[in-house]
Amino acid sequence: MTAESIRPPRTVIGPIAWLRENLFSGPISSIITIVLGALLVWVAIQVGQWALTEARWNVVSNNLRLFLIGQYPADQAWRLWAAMAVLSVLAGASAGVHGLASRMLAVTLSAIQLLLAVLMLFSPIGITAVAAYAFNAAIVWVAMVAGFRGLVPRRPLGWAWIVSLPLTFYLVSGFAGTPLESISSNVWGGLLLTVLLAVVGIVLSFPLGVILALGRRSELPVLRILSTGYIELIRGVPLVTILFMADIILPLFLPGEWRLDRIARAMGGITLFSAAYVAENVRGGLQAIPSGQIEAAHALGLGGVQTNRYIVLPQALRAVIPANVGLFISLLKDTTLVTIIGLLELLGISRAVLAQSDSFGASLEVYVFIAAVFFVLSYAMSQASYRLERALGVGTR
Amino acid sequence: MTEQTSPSPKTTTDDIIIARDVHKWFGELHVLKGINLTVKTGEVVVVFGASGSGKSTFIRTINRLEHHQRGEIIVDGIAMTNDIRNIAAIRSEIGMVFQSFNLFPHLTALENITLAPRKVKKLARSEADAIGMKLLERVGIPEQAHKHPAQLSGGQQQRVAIARALAMNPKIMLFDEPTSALDPEMISEVLDVMQSLARDTGMTMICVTHEMGFARAVANRMVFFDHGEIVEIGTPKEIFEEPKQERTKQFLSQILH
Ligand SMILES: Nc1ncnc2c1ncn2[C@@H]1O[C@H](COP(=O)(O)OP(=O)(O)OP(=O)(O)O)[C@@H](O)[C@H]1O
Ligand SMILES: [Mg+2]
Repeated sequence: MTAESIRPPRTVIGPIAWLRENLFSGPISSIITIVLGALLVWVAIQVGQWALTEARWNVVSNNLRLFLIGQYPADQAWRLWAAMAVLSVLAGASAGVHGLASRMLAVTLSAIQLLLAVLMLFSPIGITAVAAYAFNAAIVWVAMVAGFRGLVPRRPLGWAWIVSLPLTFYLVSGFAGTPLESISSNVWGGLLLTVLLAVVGIVLSFPLGVILALGRRSELPVLRILSTGYIELIRGVPLVTILFMADIILPLFLPGEWRLDRIARAMGGITLFSAAYVAENVRGGLQAIPSGQIEAAHALGLGGVQTNRYIVLPQALRAVIPANVGLFISLLKDTTLVTIIGLLELLGISRAVLAQSDSFGASLEVYVFIAAVFFVLSYAMSQASYRLERALGVGTR
Repeated sequence: MTEQTSPSPKTTTDDIIIARDVHKWFGELHVLKGINLTVKTGEVVVVFGASGSGKSTFIRTINRLEHHQRGEIIVDGIAMTNDIRNIAAIRSEIGMVFQSFNLFPHLTALENITLAPRKVKKLARSEADAIGMKLLERVGIPEQAHKHPAQLSGGQQQRVAIARALAMNPKIMLFDEPTSALDPEMISEVLDVMQSLARDTGMTMICVTHEMGFARAVANRMVFFDHGEIVEIGTPKEIFEEPKQERTKQFLSQILH
């Protein structure tokens, strides 16, 4: 009866065998390998030569402050470091206490600040800023270890996150007549503005999109029609148009003394736009939940809200993580469109930099730098998404 | 309704479920054509009949997963109306087990069981966990508490589903073909649990099932459905040995060959 169980056959092979199997398995495959290989080497040499000898990277490093924070006053930059320090501590502590997705967030935050510190080493920004970001990168880990050791109480940590929002906002923008003088959002720019637009857009459009998706499936016709109408309307209009409308039309509707500033209008436009797409993604996830589960929840006495909260949404949102992260990566890149309403985010500021006489002819360097920054941010987001999917077991249960 | 044999139900305090002249349409399709059935506290009623005869629809009207359009349903003295509080009150007295288990796949077995006690009855987690573990022991799988449904066999999943329904401490349990999605070797483990539920706790049960051995052993009465009507009601002995209606005889001869 008992058949002896044997090990699966070994599949480990040496490097030469691997080459033969994958790159030189026949005459055609060998030719393709050689031609493509030669092409790759040639491109690498050309690019490397340009990057190492011809490129004037000093245009980037000399203007690094502009790229990072725009016209934000240099003597107030410490307020940004402080705001980042607050977020670093909280992200680190959460990672230690909760793990999972927050660990990804913390590690990314640390890595990006370390990268900033290294970049600043090559710029005239000064050693203080380098030290500040290196410090921030380090306290992420200190806080994480503290959280891990159980030194951080859970509940106050949640409150600290809530308090941190107005606190960081106050640090960055200040308020007239208080110790931190007000810094008009007109001068916010560069990466600072790009990240702000993206983070606010993501954080606000996500819940709004979930609500719209639920509204679209509501049993109340009014809710259903309003949600569907909104989603279809927004999806039929380009973001550029919405940004223009938010910039020009929104102030016309608001009472005179309500002067919404330009950045807030852009954030509003991006959020309203993105929410419609989030809603459609989430709707896909909602449809995937078998009705039997909803019936089982009702039969147990769970109400409609509870059923959504505990049964439907946890599964639906988990299933649409890949789609939503893809959406948020496009949102990050779409923030470049706010240049058309005169905001100087990363791409806008680079045009300003290139307009200076001593950066003449260095546009390739500047655009390569901008592309690299966007790539790093997008790549970090997609990696975070893969980790999150794995941690939550998407597709495995 | 020519062959309607059930007498017009008389209400006594013992009658925990009363259905009077219940009608249900899906669009134009007349699915329940005047169902009359009274179930006494502690009674086990087995419902059987051909596919599409309205068995599921009927038991689903009892906890309002389907709305009936005519007639009246009274559960433990509470009349089923559109009032949302009545529906919640009735649902809290009734547990239901489905053919396809309908466990929540993102929760562990124990979490499936404790969710409703925690969120509906607002029990503390520790208290709910204690109840959940006791129920898992009762259905014979305490060691599976922390597995997700996908890691359990069909029979184990259905036993978790039974425990989940029992966790709300219902007075009535509805079973809709609880074993028909199971591989043959797992059917008895689920039937055993149901049988001990009926014997040891005196639970009021309505089971839609074609497990005739179970019906013979456990049912107080059997109800034969055909084309949206109750054709015959009787004790297992009456139904198996001297069915009165031709349609009942025919159906039984088909399934018992
Ligand atoms: N949601 C629905 N919409 C429309 N018709 C339905 C719906 N549910 C059931 N029906 C129809 O109502 C009739 C009764 O269905 P029901 O599921 O109650 O039968 P059943 O006796 O439980 O059959 P089975 O043994 O196959 O489960 C069938 O003709 C079925 O097609
Ligand atoms: Mg059925």
